[in-house]
This record gives sequence, structure tokens and C-alpha cells, in this order.
Amino acid sequence: MKTENQKAWFFVLPVLALVAFNALIPMMTVVNYSVQETFGDNVFFWQGLDWFQQILRSDRFHAALGRQFMFTFLILIIEVPLGIAIALSMPRKGFWVPVCLVLMALPMLIPWNVVGAMWNIFTLPDIGLLGYFLNHVLGISYDMTQDPVAAWVTIVTMDVWHWTSLVVLLAYAGLVSIPDAYYQAAKIDGASNWAVFRFIQLPKMKTVLTIAILLRFMDSFNIYTEPFVLTGGGPGNSTTLLSIDLVKIALGQFDLGPAAAMSLIYFAITLLVSWLFYTLMTKDDLN
Amino acid sequence: MAKITLSKLRHSYLSTPKSDSDYALKEIDLDWTDGGAYALLGPSGCGKSTLLNIISGLLVPSEGKILFDGKDVTALPPDQRNIAQVFQFPVIYDTMTVYDNLAFPLRNRGRDEATVHQRVMAIAEMLEVTEMLEQKAAGLSPDNKQKISMGRGLVREDVNVVMFDEPLTVIDPHLKWKLRSKLKELHQRVKATMIYVTHDQTEALTFADQVVVMQLGEVVQIGTPVELFERPAHTFVGHFIGSPGMNILPCELQHGAAVFAGQQIMLEGPIQGAAEGQTEIGIRPEFVSLAGHGLPATVTKVSDIGRHTVVECEAGGCRINAVTEGAAPEKGSAVHLAFRQDMTRLYVDGWLATAPANATGEQGAA
Repeated sequence: MKTENQKAWFFVLPVLALVAFNALIPMMTVVNYSVQETFGDNVFFWQGLDWFQQILRSDRFHAALGRQFMFTFLILIIEVPLGIAIALSMPRKGFWVPVCLVLMALPMLIPWNVVGAMWNIFTLPDIGLLGYFLNHVLGISYDMTQDPVAAWVTIVTMDVWHWTSLVVLLAYAGLVSIPDAYYQAAKIDGASNWAVFRFIQLPKMKTVLTIAILLRFMDSFNIYTEPFVLTGGGPGNSTTLLSIDLVKIALGQFDLGPAAAMSLIYFAITLLVSWLFYTLMTKDDLN
Repeated sequence: MAKITLSKLRHSYLSTPKSDSDYALKEIDLDWTDGGAYALLGPSGCGKSTLLNIISGLLVPSEGKILFDGKDVTALPPDQRNIAQVFQFPVIYDTMTVYDNLAFPLRNRGRDEATVHQRVMAIAEMLEVTEMLEQKAAGLSPDNKQKISMGRGLVREDVNVVMFDEPLTVIDPHLKWKLRSKLKELHQRVKATMIYVTHDQTEALTFADQVVVMQLGEVVQIGTPVELFERPAHTFVGHFIGSPGMNILPCELQHGAAVFAGQQIMLEGPIQGAAEGQTEIGIRPEFVSLAGHGLPATVTKVSDIGRHTVVECEAGGCRINAVTEGAAPEKGSAVHLAFRQDMTRLYVDGWLATAPANATGEQGAA
């Protein structure tokens, strides 16, 4: 006999209330703005789906979305393999383990805006350590305030510096959980290093890597502070990612309706891609 | 298949071992004959897994040599020794099917697919896993996973030795028995040398033709299960094998005879060597009987273990177990214990010091 007991719902209520206040209600106000036009004084005019149409058809949005996907793609394609490679080369036991872990965790402890400011100063052509070195010692012309390519290289490098550690730590956690017997068995079976990686290490890291990829996707797709502090979206619009463009529309132009519509579209894309990633990466586990 | 010789093998996990106690393995000389079924038996931490890893090449010994058919393999890595090892926890490649798991060692060695197929099918049939071949290995039950890891060892035609490191630890009790008889059957079919490491005497005694008993990094005795039971070379073996273990009674020697609690105890035969040091009488509970004469003792506990009754007695400050069939005395009653003379051994400093009477012909049955 199974007894139905609904009392557990009471335990969920506080969380529900909290989420309602910090997420659902603010989001509903965004929905509210996205379908109306306002000129202040709390006067609203019904607008329907006009703002959504306007955003979806705007070249500006397409360009920002393209840049955003480009940025996230670069981040994932660099950080995930690099993170795995670093995790693989880290020692599994002994004195150096805590040293490596702390060194790895350090960049993640720095606040986003500080990271942006650090890299800004670091790359300034005349006084920045890196900027000066590239321009005046190596003779490579590098100025991210003038050159879009330099700006892109800088924001990508900055994010790699800041967040590869997350992939490293997660992958490392997966690696250390593999019992020695697996490596010993693989040795006896005559497996090559590649086979050990492909058939033992990668499958054992899969769960944590799924989480790492999801987190890196969401964070890089929603990134705002660091590129804003570093380049402010420039030079021109070359590093204006979706979030930066959104803030420009909402707070710069004060076009609250289109900005609200854009943020909902932005949210939907993030949700959709996350769901796609998760479904694709876990589909093998179901059978 | 090969004969395996361990010569003056010593191993320490420390980089600069100083005393004898720094060694996990203390000077081991052993020959494992081709095609034998061996068990390495000993309590946890006695060095049996260390020895196994040295044979498989996962560990390089600090001193000494390992020879396969007279060829020195001490410096060879595991994959070049042509050995197989089954671990305590089943090692399988989760993402592969059972078939690919079994084929893995052969494919790594560049065998053509026809050979691979033929070998995999043969091994699968032997292990009775043919119907699982297309399944993902991750979904198997622990006993089937362990079968697959065994299969990966046996799939190569020319393995020198198959080693099992406590392979039944994670298997359900009712399946242990099945898997154990499967192992025995496999040994008879493939005729490879097999070494089975365990701390479970039942597993060791049922699997092996020869059991190597280890304690504190040393081999204390090598023998058939019967030899280990009847003539333990060391009190440790007497104690470790058998349930309950051998009775070990401290005794004095007077004019070449053993005296325990004021009673002279007749030994199986003459004492070999000087017999200086700590002397003890060893007799298995199975050979102690309750009689009208002999050593006076008090019954302290009676436990019925099914077919037999274990009568725990106290005499001369020592506990003596006797295994009896039929009626057992009450707790607290006074009894007399008789020791079967040809099964009564003397141990000096732990080591067997008596020889059987008929071997020397000096003393008849008394």
C-alpha cells in the first residue's frame, strides 16, 4: 500500500516565494514592458508583438547575436579542450596537488569588473605590461581600442584566463575519481594513451564535463561585465555582444519596450541552446 | 603459458628501506609451475597484492628478479609480459559493448578482425555471455562485469598467467559460488597458470591445487589444501586456516617430551633440531576428542555449528577447542581431552619442529 502524502509541498513553499520575488515577478514586469509602449508617468499603450517583430527583423540584433554566438563558440572550443588537457597533466597525488588546485582557483576568485579593469590596464599599448611588450619589444602592432581583431583576441584571452579553471577543476574531479585498477587493466590490455583517454578517462569525466560545458555556455552567452569594462563594446560595435547591446537599448536609448522584447528573446535562446546541449550530451545515458 | 620463477624478490614502498619491517615483501623465492592453479592466501596487508602486482609488472620490485620460462622479465611493462589480471572491482569499458570489451586486448595488439571474432565468440561461449555480446557493458550486473573482465584476460591465446586479485569481493554470496566453480572449470579448459589472491580460506582451498600462505611479507607455507590443514608449517597457518583454527598451547620440554599443564603430551614423532626458544603444541580441534582419560579440562562454551559441535574448554590457562559429533557436554562440566597422537605437532618459535614417526621409523604408534 502506498500512502499519498502532500505535506512535502509545504517545504517547497518558501523557496517558491523566494524565486517568485527574485525571478518570476521581475520577469513578468519585463513581459509587461515587451508588449506595451510607455512614455513615462505609468501610461501604457498596448503594442502586441510589435517589439518582438522589430527586434527579430533588426540587423543590429542579428549582428549582435552573431557576435554572441561567435564569442561563445570560441570560448567553448578553446576552454573545454584546454581545460581537459590541463586537468590531465595535473598531478594526481603528492605535494603539488594543493598548489595546482589553488593556482587554478585563483582567477575565478577575482570579481568580473576587476578582471575587466586588470586586462584593460594590462593591454594598454603604452603602459600595459602586455601591450607595451607586444608593441615596443616584439614590434607587433596591438591596440584593442583601435583594432577589432585585437579587441576580440583580448576579450577571448581574458575569458580563457578567467574561466578555463572551472573546466579544469571539474575535469580533474572526474579524473581523480577513476580507480587505479582501470589504468592497470588498460596497461595489461595493451591500450595506447589515446585509448585510455577515449575509453576510460573521457567516459568517466562525461558527467562533470556536461556540467562544465553547460555552465560555460550559459556564462559566456550571458557575459556582460568583463567585455563592458574592457572594451565597452568597441572599437565601433565590434565587441558589442548581446548583453552589451541590450543595456545600450534599455538604458542608453531608454527604449524599454524593444529592450524587454529583446531580453525575452535572449532568454529563450539561452534556454533553448542549454536544453539542446543537455539533451544531446545525456542521450546515451537513457538506454 | 610459462613457468614463473621469483628469485630473491624483495620490495619496499619506501625509497630507502632501513630495517626488515620497511619491506612489504621480504625475500621471496618461488616457482609457479606451468598450468598450475595457485592461491595466494593471507590476511589483509600481508603483501599478497604487492606480490601479484610485481608479477604482472605494475610494480617493479626493489630487489630480485622475475623469470618467465627462465627469461628475465623484471624490467618489462605489463603489456609485454603477456599476462592477464582480474581486479577486485570489475574493470570494464563502460562505453563499449560486451563484444568490444572482449575484443579490446586483441585489437590493441593489432589482430585481424577474423581472429578477433573467433576468439571473442569462443570466450563468450565459455563464459556463457554470448547473448549479452551486443549489450552496452555499463548496464551489466557486477558478476557479469567481473566475467567480462575475466574474459578480457582469457581472450588472448598465449597468456602466461592469469591473476585474480580478490575477484569475488563485490559479488553477491549466492553468485560467488557459481563464479568460483566457473573459474575452476575455466582453469581446466584453458590450462593457463592461474594465481588467485584472497584472504578467504574457502575461496583459496576450493580454487587452488597449491596454496601459498603469506604473512607479514613472507611466504610461510606452500602446500595442497590437505597439507595446509594437516601439517601447518607455522602456527600462523594452523591458526589462519581452519574454523576454528588450530589449538596452540604453550608447553615445556622435559627430556624430549612435551609437557602442558603438568601432563605429558605425546607428540607425532621426534623433535627436529635444537628446539630452543618458545615451544608450543599444535593440534587441530578436529583431532581433539572428549574421552574418559587425558588432559582434565572445564567446558566453557558449546556452540552448535550444524554438522558438528565446537566445545570450547579451558585447561592450564589456555583455551582448547574440540570438534565433536553427537552429544556435547554441558557448559561448566569437567571433561578429559585426548589428542590424536599422529596429529599432535610441536612448534618452536612458531615453526613446525616435529617429524612424523613413520618418516623416521624411530617411534611406533603409542
